[in-house]
Amino acid sequence: MHNYALRRLFGVPFVIWGVLFVLLPLFFVLQQGLTDAEGAFSLATLGEALQWEYLKALGLSVGLALVSTVICLILGYPLCLILREHRQQNGLLIFLLFLLPLWMNSLLTTMAWQTILERHGVLNMLLGALSLPALNIVNTPAAIVIGMVYNFLPYMVLPLYVAIVKVDNSVIEAARDLGATHWQTLRYVLLPLTRAGIISGCTMVFIPALTTFVISALLGGNKVLLIGNIIEQEFTAAYDWQLGSALSMVLMVFIILNMIVEFFTSAQQRKEAV
Amino acid sequence: MKKELLKLEHIEKSFAGRKIIEDLELTVHENEFVTLLGPSGCGKTTLLRLIGGFEQPDSGRILFEGQDITRLAPEKRQVNTVFQKYSLFAHMDVAANIAFGLKLKGKSQSYIQDKIKYALKLVNLDGYEHAQVTELSGGQQQRIAIARAIVNEPKVLLLDEPLSALDLKLRQNMQRELVKIKRELGITFIFVTHDQEEALSMSDTVVVMNQGWIQQIGTPESVYNEPENAFVADFIGDSNIVDGIMVRDELVHLLGKDIPCINKGFGENVPVDVQIRPEDIRICEPEQGDFRGVIKSVVFKGTVYDITVAAGGFDWLVQTITGHAAGKEVGIQLPPYNIQIMAKPESEDEEAVGDA
Repeated sequence: MHNYALRRLFGVPFVIWGVLFVLLPLFFVLQQGLTDAEGAFSLATLGEALQWEYLKALGLSVGLALVSTVICLILGYPLCLILREHRQQNGLLIFLLFLLPLWMNSLLTTMAWQTILERHGVLNMLLGALSLPALNIVNTPAAIVIGMVYNFLPYMVLPLYVAIVKVDNSVIEAARDLGATHWQTLRYVLLPLTRAGIISGCTMVFIPALTTFVISALLGGNKVLLIGNIIEQEFTAAYDWQLGSALSMVLMVFIILNMIVEFFTSAQQRKEAV
Repeated sequence: MKKELLKLEHIEKSFAGRKIIEDLELTVHENEFVTLLGPSGCGKTTLLRLIGGFEQPDSGRILFEGQDITRLAPEKRQVNTVFQKYSLFAHMDVAANIAFGLKLKGKSQSYIQDKIKYALKLVNLDGYEHAQVTELSGGQQQRIAIARAIVNEPKVLLLDEPLSALDLKLRQNMQRELVKIKRELGITFIFVTHDQEEALSMSDTVVVMNQGWIQQIGTPESVYNEPENAFVADFIGDSNIVDGIMVRDELVHLLGKDIPCINKGFGENVPVDVQIRPEDIRICEPEQGDFRGVIKSVVFKGTVYDITVAAGGFDWLVQTITGHAAGKEVGIQLPPYNIQIMAKPESEDEEAVGDA
C-alpha cells in the first residue's frame, strides 16, 4: 500500500506538467479557434481557416513534408544497412557524422544552406567554375526540401538504426540460403521486420517538416508560404490569434491522422510479435 | 563407395590475421551423414559457412558435383542451412516460413501447399500451418527451421549445432528424428556439433577438428576405438592418456613397465601417446594386475561407477558396473587389444590436448 501511494506521489509532477503545458495550451488554442471576437462560440474563424488560400498552403506543406520524409527514408535506410554491417568497425564514426547536425543550432545550419544555395552562393560559384549553368534553387520548394532533409535526417536514422540492428544476421542469411537475392531479402524480410522503425522514423520527420516555419522562411523567402509560416504571421504580424489557432487546429488534424496510422500499424506489429 | 558430392580442396581461411582453417581437404558423398565435431573455435562452423556460401575461403576450391562453387552466392547453391538460432521469419506464420523458398522459385500454389503439409508431417507438427512462429517452443521452432530448409529439396542440408539450445530429453528425441528424416529424404547431412555423443550416435562419418585442422575422419566406431592422436582420444569419450615409449612391435614401455600390446609399425624406442578407455581397464587382486594401486575415489554415475585408481604414479580412470570401496588396494589389468598406441604430434600446432 505504502509503495503504491509513493508511486502515485512520484507521478504528481508529470500530471502537473501535463495539465499546465499540454492540456491548458491545447484548450486555449481550441477556445481561440472556436470563438469570435466577442468570445462567443462560433465556427466562423474555422470556416475562414478553410479558405482556398490557406488550404493551398496546407496542401503544399503536406506535399513537401511527404517528399522530405520519403527522401529521408531513401537516404536513411541504406545508410542504416551500411552502419549495421560496420557496427563493429567504424560504425560509431559514421553514426556521429549523421548526428552531428543535431548538435548545431538548426537556425544556423539553415542559414548556411541559404548561403550555399543563393543566386551568388557557394553552389553556383562551384558550378560557374566548372562552366556549368547556374541553378536557381533558393526560394523554391526544392530549397525547402533540401533544408528539411538536412535538418530532419537524424530523426529518421535513429529509429531506423535501432530497428535494423535488432534483426539478427542469421535471419538475413536464412533468407539468402532459401534463395532470396539481396533485393528479395530486403523486400520480403528486412523491410517487414523493420516496419515499426520505418513508421516511427517517418513520423518523426513528417511532423516537424509539416509544422516548420524557420526552414521555409529562410530558404523559401516570401515566395513559398507553408502553413507554418502563415500561422506564425497570424500570431506575430497580423495579431489574429483566432485565425492562427483555427489554422493550428486544421494542422493538428493531419498530425493526429498520422499518429493514428502509426498507432494502428505498431499495434498490429505487437500483435504479430506475441 | 558412393558418388562424391562435395569436395573441398586446400581450403584456407583467416579472420583478422588469425588462421581459422588451414589447408583443409574433405570429401562428402551422396546420402552421407557427416558430422563436424570439435571444441568451440576449431573452425567447424566456419567450414559449414564456407559450404553454405556465407564466407569465402582465402584460397582453395569447393567443388559441388564437380562444379566449382567457391564464389557462388548462397542463394544459387543447392544447399540449405538449419541455423543454430533457428532464424525463422518472425513476421510470418509457420506456413509462410516454410513456403518462403518455394515462393521465390515461383512454384505453384498447390505444389507449395502439398510441400508444407508433407514437411510438417515429416517434422511431426501437422496442423501448425497458421501458428505464429514466435508462439512455438524452441524444439518446435527448430523443427520448423528444418521443414523450411528441406522443402527446397537441397542435395545437402547443413545443420549448425541445431540441437544445442534444447534440453537433454528433447535433444535426444530430435537426434533420433533427424536420423529418421535423413533416411526418408535420402540426402546428405553435414552436421556441426561440439557434442561427441551426438556425433557418435547420428553419423556415418565423423570429422574431428581442432584449431582449423582435421584430426581424424572415420566412422563413429573408428574414431572412438582407434583414435589417431591424443586430441581425438581425449575429446571423444573418457580416456586415460599416458606418455609411453614403443620398445618394439607389440611391446610398449609405460610408467616403468613393459606392457604387451598389439600395435606394430611404430619403430623401436619411439615416444608415443598411449590411450586406454576407462571401461577397458579391469580391476583385480593386487598381485594379478599390470600395476598395483589404491582406489582413491568412487563416483556413482547411474550406469557405471567412475573409479580413480592411483597406480604406477598415474591416476587411472576406470569404469565398472560394480562398485568398489575407496581406499582398497587393487591391481589393474590393461588388456593388450584395448591399448591404443598413437604417434606424438609432429608440431606444436597440431597438438592442443587440453584445449578443449
